[in-house]
Amino acid sequence: MLSIKNVTKIYKTGEIETKALNGVTFSVDKGEMVSIVGPSGSGKSTLMHILGALDVPTSGTYAINGTNIEHMKDDQLAEIRNREIGFVFQSYNLLPRTSALKNVILPMAYAGVEKNKRRETAVSILESLDMGDKLENYPNQLSGGQKQRVAIARALAMNPSIILADEPTGNLPTKQSSEIMDVFEDLNKKGHTIIVITHEDEIAERTKRIITLVDGKIIKEEKRK
Amino acid sequence: MTIVELMAESIDVLKTNKMRTALSVLGIIIGIGSVIALMTLGKAAQQSTVERISALGSNMLTITPGSESEGFLRGGGGSASTLTYADAQAIANEDRITTIDEVAAEYSSNAQVAYERNNSSVSVNGVTPDFFSIRNIDIESGSVITQSDVELLNKVAVLGPTVVTDLFGPGVNPLGQTIKINGTSFTVVGVTAEKGSTGRFNTDETVYVPLTTAQRGLFGVNHVSAIYVNTKNADDADAAENQLGYYLLELHRIKNPADADFSIFSSSELLATVSEVTGTFTTLLTGIAAISLVVGGIGIMNIMLVTVTERTKEIGIRKALGAKRRSITSQFLIEAIILTVVGGIIGVAVGVLISMFLTKRMGLPQIIAYESIGLAVAVSCVIGIIFGWYPAQRASKLQPIEALRYE
Repeated sequence: MLSIKNVTKIYKTGEIETKALNGVTFSVDKGEMVSIVGPSGSGKSTLMHILGALDVPTSGTYAINGTNIEHMKDDQLAEIRNREIGFVFQSYNLLPRTSALKNVILPMAYAGVEKNKRRETAVSILESLDMGDKLENYPNQLSGGQKQRVAIARALAMNPSIILADEPTGNLPTKQSSEIMDVFEDLNKKGHTIIVITHEDEIAERTKRIITLVDGKIIKEEKRK
Repeated sequence: MTIVELMAESIDVLKTNKMRTALSVLGIIIGIGSVIALMTLGKAAQQSTVERISALGSNMLTITPGSESEGFLRGGGGSASTLTYADAQAIANEDRITTIDEVAAEYSSNAQVAYERNNSSVSVNGVTPDFFSIRNIDIESGSVITQSDVELLNKVAVLGPTVVTDLFGPGVNPLGQTIKINGTSFTVVGVTAEKGSTGRFNTDETVYVPLTTAQRGLFGVNHVSAIYVNTKNADDADAAENQLGYYLLELHRIKNPADADFSIFSSSELLATVSEVTGTFTTLLTGIAAISLVVGGIGIMNIMLVTVTERTKEIGIRKALGAKRRSITSQFLIEAIILTVVGGIIGVAVGVLISMFLTKRMGLPQIIAYESIGLAVAVSCVIGIIFGWYPAQRASKLQPIEALRYE
C-alpha cells in the first residue's frame, strides 16, 4: 500500500545543512492504523509532508500503491494528493467563508467529479459523521470537534488510500479528542488505512502500531493488541 | 473546476471585501470613463468644426492676394493689393475655366455704422451679388446686393441680424431706414438670416454694401480682399485650383509660379487640415486618459498581490486537496478580470454620461464614440489579464508546505 525506503531529507539554510530525516524505512499495509510519535524536532512533520506528497525526499524512494512519486512534478503530486491521500490537520484547515458542505465538495471539484455526485457523496459522508444538520454552517459557527469532523469528511471525499492525520486532536479538549479518535477507529474498522502523527501517548496507544522517531531515525517499532 | 464555479467563488471572495473591491474597481472606472469621455468629446469637436467649415461653402475656393511663398501667416487677408475686381470679372468671363460656377469679389474693412444715436464698429463688406450664394448666406427679409447696385455704386446696405439688433433695437423694421457708414448715408435693403460664427468671420455682425461703393465711396481703394469661386462639383476643387492658378499667372504676366502674387486655397483642403489637427488632439487626449487606465491596472495588481499574500494559507489548503497550478492561476486571474470588467462596464456608463453632459454644455453635437466602448471593454479585459497574471502566477507557485505553515 505505502512503502518508504531509506528516505533522507536535507534542508539547506545558507551554508548550514540540516538532516531532518536520516534513512527512514517502513511500510504500511492496507487496513492498518499506525501512529508516528516523537518529540518535537524529531522529523515527524517532515515525514508527514513526504508521506502526504506535499514534499519530495532528498534521496530514497516512496511508493503509494506501487507508484513511485519521489521524482514527480508539482501538478502530478497534486493529483496524487487529490486521489490517494486524505489530510486531517491539527488546525482543521477548513476554508473560511465556505460552508461545511462546500469544504467537503472541494477535493471532488478539483478532481472533476460530476456535480450532483459531489453533493450526494459529501452529504452522505457528513451524515455518517453526525454532521447532517450542519451542512450549511460556516467553520466559525462550529465547535473544534465539529470542525475536525468536517475535515475528516473532506479527507474521505475522494475515498483515498490513506488518511493522514497530523496531530488531529491537538487543539481539542479531552472529551472531543476521544470522540475524534472513536471516529478514526470506526473508519479503520470499515477498512480505511490511517496514519496518525502525534506527540500524545494516549492517542498513540489507541492505534495498532506505534513508530517512534528521534533525530530523523526510527528508533522503535511496536505492535499492539 | 469549471470556469463557472471559479467565477462563483471569485464573486463570493470579492463580496466579502466590499470596500477593497470598490476602491480597486474605481481606478478602472476612472480610466475607462475618461477614455470614453475624451474620445467622444474629441469626435464631437471634430464633427462640429467640420460642420462650421462646411457652412463656409463646401465647394468654395478662396483666392487671396499675396504670394503663396509667404505662407498663410500674412498680415491678415487682403493686406496686399494685387487682386482687383477686374480679375474677378476676367475669371467669370474666361471660357477656358470650365470647372467653376459662380465668382464673387469682396473688399472688407472695419467702419463705424450709426442709426440715430446708436452706433457700432462692425465689419463692412463690399461684395458682388454671387457672394451670398457662394458663402451660403441666406436673406431673411428684403433683397441682396444686385449687379446694378455694383455697377451704379448704389448706397444700399444688407445687414447682419446682430447689427440690426444693435442699431435698431427690438420692434423697428430696418428695411428702408437710412444708416450712416463712416458718415455716408446708406439705405437698408435687406437683412441676412442668422448663421452663427464661423471662425473669424461672423456673418451676423457684418454690413454688406456693393463692392464698388465700398472701394470708391467708403475706403478709397482699388483692390479686393478676396475672390471667392464656387466649383460646379465638389470633386472639381483640385482641377479648379489649377485652372484658376494658371489663368491668374497668365493674367498677371508672371512666368514662375513661385512668384505668384496671390494664393488659392479650397475649403476642402482646410477641412482636411482641421480634421487632421482635431484628430491629433483627440489621440493625444485619449493617450493621456489611457495613462490613468494603466494606473488603474496597477491598482488592481497591487490589490491582487495583497490578496494572494492574505490568502496564502487558503492556497496551501487548496493545493493539499489537489488543486493544480492551473486551477490556482485561473482562480486569481478570474478574480482580477471580474474586477476590471465590472470596472469597465461601470466606466462605460460613467463615460457615456459625462460625454452626454459635456457635449450638451459645450453645444457640441450629441454623439457617442461607440467604437470607444468596445475598445474600453476589450482594454479592461486585457488589463485584467496583464495585471492579474503576475499575482496569479505567484499564488500558483507557492509551495504547499510553506503555504500551510503561513499564519
